[in-house]
Amino acid sequence: MSDISIPAGEAARGHGADDAGARVSDFVQLLKPRVMSLVVFSGFAGLMVAPGTLHPVLAAVAILCITVGSGAAGAINMWYDRDIDAIMARTCGRPIPSGRVDPDEAVSFGIVLAIGSVTLMGLAVNWLAAGLLAAAIAYYVFVYTIWLKRRTPQNIVIGGAAGAFPPLIGWAAVTGHVGVAPIVLFLLIFMWTPPHFWALALFRAGDYAKAGIPMLPVVAGATATKLQMLVYTVLLLPLALAPWALGVAGAFYGLTAAVLGALFIVAAVRVWFDSGERAARQMFAFSILYLFVLFTVLILDRAPGLLSGALA
Amino acid sequence: MNAPSLPATAPEDLRRRRQRARNLALLAVLLGLVALIYVISIVRMGGAS
Repeated sequence: MSDISIPAGEAARGHGADDAGARVSDFVQLLKPRVMSLVVFSGFAGLMVAPGTLHPVLAAVAILCITVGSGAAGAINMWYDRDIDAIMARTCGRPIPSGRVDPDEAVSFGIVLAIGSVTLMGLAVNWLAAGLLAAAIAYYVFVYTIWLKRRTPQNIVIGGAAGAFPPLIGWAAVTGHVGVAPIVLFLLIFMWTPPHFWALALFRAGDYAKAGIPMLPVVAGATATKLQMLVYTVLLLPLALAPWALGVAGAFYGLTAAVLGALFIVAAVRVWFDSGERAARQMFAFSILYLFVLFTVLILDRAPGLLSGALA
Repeated sequence: MNAPSLPATAPEDLRRRRQRARNLALLAVLLGLVALIYVISIVRMGGAS
């Protein structure tokens, strides 16, 4: 049976799994690899920025657990959202709505990986990091996916906290506790998430409306969304500078954060004045670059002798 | 009557190939996990934290 021969609705209800069975790559796709990359990167940043040392093997295990835990949450999210995923153009090709993976297999896969990653983190690294990983998975599944996503336009504002956990987990893996600095990194991602997602929602508003998801552009309109995006990017600027102000990062990081923050605000202003989709698409792409560059500089800043002192 | 055999066997062949690929992937994951737990045990017993 070909994948496209399965009616999306039928597959979404869980009776359309491909007769030939799932490919290994379908299970990889369930883990949302693109989302995972950002999560892993920010977790790695938390690990690098934290004071103290962790054996390289245990550090690698911590990163692996964050990776697998993030993927597990993604798989459970895809299982729960299979009905709306089948409606939206962006998501209808996912393994469950296209009928390539059985929903029961997907949720079992997610649960096993979630339990496995948390247990391994606890046994190999420490139980605080494991607890935070469990909290991040539970928050993404229960608070964002099940509770908020279909109920409120503030879904990604509150739900965005799930994606902000990785630096906290990385920090806790090294130090065994949570301080002000990792909370600042948490808040940074928390404040970055709304403008990032709303940029996407602006040019995918039709999709979200069709699926009945109350994203801000659908409920409040494009103008209100653009205004809120601008507010969040302005608030993000001082927050991104906080690691430098707190002495966690050096002057090079501070300068980079200032430049990137200003560019992010410019992107939001361009979205404000753009009646089409172009600026929103560009802002969405830039938002990903923003976080990658910011955390890269943060990591490099902590690498001994590399950037530290360059602009001190 | 000679029914064409290819269309009937192709999906079965495909199903078996995918099953085999999934089994091999699972084997690789399990072996990786065994190796990982072994290495973690050595590191932890060496006093690393």
